[in-house]
Amino acid sequence: MRLKLVPSDTNWNFFRFSRVTFGASMVAMVASVILFFVMGLNYGIDFRGGTTIRTESTQPVDVGAYRDALAALNLGDVAISEVFDPGFGPEKNVAQVRIQAQDGEESVTPETINAVEAALQGVDPSITFPSVESVGPKVSGELVQTAILAVALSIFAVLVYIWLRFEWQFSLGAVIALIHDVTLTIGVFALLQIRFDLAIIAALLTIVGYSLNDTVVVFDRVRENLRKYKRMELQDLLNLSINETLSRTMMTSFTTLLALIALIVLGGDVIRGFVFAMIWGVLVGTYSSVFVASNILLMLGVKRDWSKDQDGGAGTQFATADT
Amino acid sequence: MLQIALWKRLSILMVVLAGLALAMPNLFYERVERHNDAAKAIELQGATPELTAERAGWPGWLPNGLVNLGLDLRGGAHLLAEVQVADVYADRMDGMWPEVRDTLREQRDAVGPIRRVDAPPGELHVRIARPEGMEAALAAVRDLARPTVTLTGVGSSDIEVRGEGDLVIVQLSEAERLATDNRTIQQSLEIVRRRVDEVGTREPTIQRQGADRILIQVPGIGSAEELKALIGTTARLTFQPVVSRTDNPNESPGPGNVLYPDIEDDGVYYVLEKAPVVSGEELTDAQPAFDQNGQPSVTFRFNPAGARKFGQYTQENVGSPFAIVLDDEVISAPVIREAILGGSGQITGNFTVEESTQLAILLRAGALPAELVFLEERTIGPELGADSIEAGKIACIVAFVAVLGFMWASYGLFGLFANIALIVNVGLIFGLLSLIGATLTLPGIAGIVLTIGMAVDANVLIFERIREELKSARGPARAIELGYERALSAIFDANITTFITATILFAMGSGPVKGFAVTLGLGILTSVFTAIYVTRLMIVIWMERRRPKTITV
Repeated sequence: MRLKLVPSDTNWNFFRFSRVTFGASMVAMVASVILFFVMGLNYGIDFRGGTTIRTESTQPVDVGAYRDALAALNLGDVAISEVFDPGFGPEKNVAQVRIQAQDGEESVTPETINAVEAALQGVDPSITFPSVESVGPKVSGELVQTAILAVALSIFAVLVYIWLRFEWQFSLGAVIALIHDVTLTIGVFALLQIRFDLAIIAALLTIVGYSLNDTVVVFDRVRENLRKYKRMELQDLLNLSINETLSRTMMTSFTTLLALIALIVLGGDVIRGFVFAMIWGVLVGTYSSVFVASNILLMLGVKRDWSKDQDGGAGTQFATADT
Repeated sequence: MLQIALWKRLSILMVVLAGLALAMPNLFYERVERHNDAAKAIELQGATPELTAERAGWPGWLPNGLVNLGLDLRGGAHLLAEVQVADVYADRMDGMWPEVRDTLREQRDAVGPIRRVDAPPGELHVRIARPEGMEAALAAVRDLARPTVTLTGVGSSDIEVRGEGDLVIVQLSEAERLATDNRTIQQSLEIVRRRVDEVGTREPTIQRQGADRILIQVPGIGSAEELKALIGTTARLTFQPVVSRTDNPNESPGPGNVLYPDIEDDGVYYVLEKAPVVSGEELTDAQPAFDQNGQPSVTFRFNPAGARKFGQYTQENVGSPFAIVLDDEVISAPVIREAILGGSGQITGNFTVEESTQLAILLRAGALPAELVFLEERTIGPELGADSIEAGKIACIVAFVAVLGFMWASYGLFGLFANIALIVNVGLIFGLLSLIGATLTLPGIAGIVLTIGMAVDANVLIFERIREELKSARGPARAIELGYERALSAIFDANITTFITATILFAMGSGPVKGFAVTLGLGILTSVFTAIYVTRLMIVIWMERRRPKTITV
């Protein structure tokens, strides 16, 4: 007997509640934008400059004592947070100290680091510092620009590629699904205040790639069915295509999630935020290729007569759009 | 029907075997690394019994390429430095002043007495007593211009000269600035490289980034601070005549002189002549040593030109003090007891042994042409890196087993085919990473785990398609063939779009993110290859052997 995530022949109507699902997506997007502006993202030093010091000690972390010890140094905004990981054990207590970028300095001076390390050693003599990272305001500003550019550029590249391979309606549907995924991911990072750094941008781009992968597989089947069933209603045709690819969609999402869950549980705390973004992205990306991209396609309508395509030219696709 | 030509079968097999062979050394990482280090050392310094034994730890005929571990996995220091290229403009202007002075003095009748006045950095301002002679002054100074040597700026001259009231203003032309910047960066790169090499760590990365930046990554070094102390010092050594000694930090040094503090004693300052007698550029060697009192010191030797100048100066100035200046601070100001003609000498100060060793390194490697400002620095401790590798390994294995089990449960025999392909796939990724000498970072490991999850996608697409084709009640061979054929366009479109994002990540990302893009991109290539060729080959061979009447996928 084979293990099956979905029954072999499904005929579910994915558009029955399209108002609800599409509406929910829109509400979630708006909520994400509001969260982004109201709560803001918890930017890491990559994006706002400053220094993070990772501390490790056999003693339990006393955030209050750390803060008092550092307050005397007048370093401005200092954030201290304890880091937890199932792999640590009782002898390993880790915390992360973040110090804002100091006025008039690009990267942190050795004096500042020595002062901080000495102050923390005063609290806890067994403390060690496995990593120290410092980014100046100049570089962090550039990193923000590059990150935004990278995400925008990849969405644009995808828009063009799908437009070339399919039709503009597909392209728009896929891109709106992508924007949906990216927005929702940023929203959840704002809501949970997870540290947002350069690695998260990499995760965002991977989400773009993954969500697209999913969307393209559905669209590929839509294209095939458009050629096969010339007279079928577009909604039925989309439904058929989603049902036919559903088993694959679930399989791939499930195996990817298996791998990612292994990573988030066992991969250590350093990349946890990164993996979290990807897990969220896989969930949202799978949802959006069914409920967002296809919905957009249904709204926009598509050119039907694929048998005579290529020679028709761009103008005809509007004329023959059949919805 | 389902046929693959023999040569195709052999080529698929060859690619797989070659990939696995290239990946294999990574299983014995430490042994191979010791072998490689020893082989390199033997090439450089000749063989010793220990090195030969180390080298014998891995057979020479086996592949020995390894995946480089990124700083976040190995531990080490990362610095991004900006070269203050504008520093050099000021030096150039100082260098031009004697020439300009002599030229204008020849025009004394027209321009009258001249005087250099304070100017913004990078400009030379000369006040002439008779503004009506400005035209003659400008023409004379312009004659000093030399053509710039660049690829694009042929014919343009190296300086721009203009008059403002009674001021003659000289500055470098745009083309010359560009050319100078380029030279400054090249020189800085070279000197940083020499200094890092002097410490002798493994595989440092020293790269130019953008217009005026240098990226330095040194694995295995204790902290970025250590690295900064080594490469952040300009190390410009000069020998300058002492005019006077003072304890007033605001004393006006007078024209042609400068006021520098003593490196040790607070509140002690020296007024020195600005033009050095000799500078560090004329050193040929510097070594840490001990002076006659057993104090750490640095001995140095000049090249012939430097030795001549130094000898002549000391001969003429016996009994007067001169200052040894490092980066605008006076290390010591001894009195010349006798002429130093041999071209070698000794710097004593209040050094510790470490300081004298470091100073010797810095002097040997040469001075940086301009100051470095550090924009970014990261230190990752080796234990943290080792923890990350350990965690990544476990996560990989668990992900692997989970996906393998799931595929087998879902697709049975075909799932096993896909699983073998998945194992080959990860082998190929490591093989390619070793082949191109790519760097594996922590996000890179995440990329591999993600690939393990996603790599089955192409196989899933094919298998699901075969299932569908089987429903149309065709023969199994035909269903498999159609399954492959019809799944292909979806596989290509889906993977090309992901590959586009990986490419953009690679082009725009830096450091760890780039490492992620590399493994993701390679993972896409290898997973498409294994799904289309490797699983297909296995299925075809199985079909040929068994000739099943029906199949269940």
